[in-house]
Amino acid sequence: MAIKSQQNLVAGLMFSVTGAAFALGAREYDMGTAGRMGPGYFPLVLGVILAVLGILIAFQSFGSQRRESEDIGDIAWRPLCFIIGANLIFGLLLGGLPSVGIPAMGLIVAIVGLTFVAMLASEFCIKRAVILSAILAVGSYFVFVKMLGLTFQVWPWFVGA
Amino acid sequence: MMDLINHLSLGFGVAFTAQNLLYALIGCLLGTLIGVLPGLGPVTTIAMLLPATYALPPIAALIMLAGIYYGAQYGGSTTAILVNLPGEASSVVTALDGYQMAKKGRAGPALAAAGIGSFFAGSVGTLVLAAFAVPLTEVAFMFGPAEYFSLMVLGLIGAVVLASGSLLKAIAMIILGLLFGMVGTDVNSGVARYSFDIPELTDGLGFIVIAMGVFGYGEIIVNLSRPEESRELNTKKVSGLMPTAADFKAMTPAILRGTALGSSLGILPGGGALLSSFAAYTIEKKTRLKPGELPFGQGNIRGVAAPEAANNAGSQTSFIPLLTLGIPPNAVMALMVGAMTIHNIQPGPQVMTSNPELFWGLIASMWIGNLMLVILNLPLVGVWIKLLSVPYRWMFPAIVLFCAVGVYSTNNNTFDIWTTGLFGVVGYLFVKLGCEPAPLLLGLILGPMMEENLRRSMLLSRGDWSVFVTRPISAGLLAAAVVLLLIVLSPSVKKKREEAFVED
Repeated sequence: MAIKSQQNLVAGLMFSVTGAAFALGAREYDMGTAGRMGPGYFPLVLGVILAVLGILIAFQSFGSQRRESEDIGDIAWRPLCFIIGANLIFGLLLGGLPSVGIPAMGLIVAIVGLTFVAMLASEFCIKRAVILSAILAVGSYFVFVKMLGLTFQVWPWFVGA
Repeated sequence: MMDLINHLSLGFGVAFTAQNLLYALIGCLLGTLIGVLPGLGPVTTIAMLLPATYALPPIAALIMLAGIYYGAQYGGSTTAILVNLPGEASSVVTALDGYQMAKKGRAGPALAAAGIGSFFAGSVGTLVLAAFAVPLTEVAFMFGPAEYFSLMVLGLIGAVVLASGSLLKAIAMIILGLLFGMVGTDVNSGVARYSFDIPELTDGLGFIVIAMGVFGYGEIIVNLSRPEESRELNTKKVSGLMPTAADFKAMTPAILRGTALGSSLGILPGGGALLSSFAAYTIEKKTRLKPGELPFGQGNIRGVAAPEAANNAGSQTSFIPLLTLGIPPNAVMALMVGAMTIHNIQPGPQVMTSNPELFWGLIASMWIGNLMLVILNLPLVGVWIKLLSVPYRWMFPAIVLFCAVGVYSTNNNTFDIWTTGLFGVVGYLFVKLGCEPAPLLLGLILGPMMEENLRRSMLLSRGDWSVFVTRPISAGLLAAAVVLLLIVLSPSVKKKREEAFVED
């Protein structure tokens, strides 16, 4: 049989696998009884329901008429990698990773890092990246640190606190 | 009646302090701003700003966040009319006739119709909210755990039935959200569930983390993967704001209909601004055209006034289930629950008695906010239009930054940043697979509440499942949920529903 909706097939599989994983995980916890439910009861029920729904959704995806609008299409790797990358670099620069010995560089460096990586997601232009990161760094410093009083390590570890 | 007046005067007393007026103004301005900018919705904005409200008193924080929500409806309609770009999903239908009016040089009356309609509907919505709050709260106190559980089932079913897209997938997204809500320490037994021995996960998956990842990053990635839309700026001077007498005659009944419809649909679970505006436009289209009136889709002023009135009324009254029952009817309200819990307020019927200033102050501030929006919006139209010409490639790094800062400052912990990155990927996956993410957020918030009420009702009934159908209120709520499902699944409605969401 042909596949009518690629989206539904993959979505159905995703739901089934996730549901099954939650249900299997729930077996680690005490089930209890209906009258005195343990921590495993509700997640097990939900996991089973999700797995069944996933199978139903996957079955709906078979059919002769292919729906082009429900094709999955190309994955936008570039924005995906660089947007998520910008987020990760921000965390890495802001807080460091003490477990592997990467020191914290603080908010300002993190903002510059985030802006440069994020801009790679679309046409990159060094001039624009410099201007924007400067605006964002100064703006965030005043808004988040000075005005809202959020606690951040602002400067790298080697600039004395 | 006397009570209502007393309550409202208490509320206005709270809302009219300089500080609260200021935050209402900030909220309205921010809301309009995000309403104008396409690709940035109220869910993302409210999630981004939640951490920034830590330092504020609770009432100021809620006033500001509420302002963002209804401000977005105003902003969304402005760009829908002037540039045919609905900034908000609820303004999609406004663009149909509004843009046609603008093209014929009648942008002024269209904007005025939207503004007047919104303001009138907002005022009525606020009054409905104030009037319904007390009796509904009394009902809420009669609710036991079984009733709460059934109400949540109804709410979740309502949320998917009224949403667009595949019903099965929407239900699956809710269940997934409920399961995500299970992560963390179980309050009854103290067992850390699905935490994989990671200490940060024993506190559960933060809804800010999921909202930012799925809505914030997910949206940015999708926006960037599309070629930048060409924005046809209607720079013709907006002249002559006032509608003609004929316009007034045409739009008054439309505004009244839109208001009535929006106020009632807003209360429903899953309702709110989006559904109200679609329904109002559909109804206007069904009414007969008067002689000399332009057909819909060619610049009929009723096609602007009715949906705008409806979406604003709906966004006001969707606060009713939140404030009286503590149950969020849509994703924005789910975030408001988060905002309240951050400030140690348990949403529910007790808010009105334990925090009357907060309760009535919030309601009063909504009316003030609506007034501000009408006054501000028309003269500021030019500024908003200028903002639209800022290209997205300048904007998105700032949005990424705000998301990251917002996530980090919730707990001052980089762990949240890593999980947000993960949910960003998941969010993009959802979009690719055609899964609407809003029900997930609703499930996430309701998950722990639902489990708790299920457990308690089963404990009280000694393990007898029939408790949900033998208690009359609970049975009624469940029956309503079943009826809703049956209606949607019936072939004729199913077809209509698909058409409605495709056509408009």
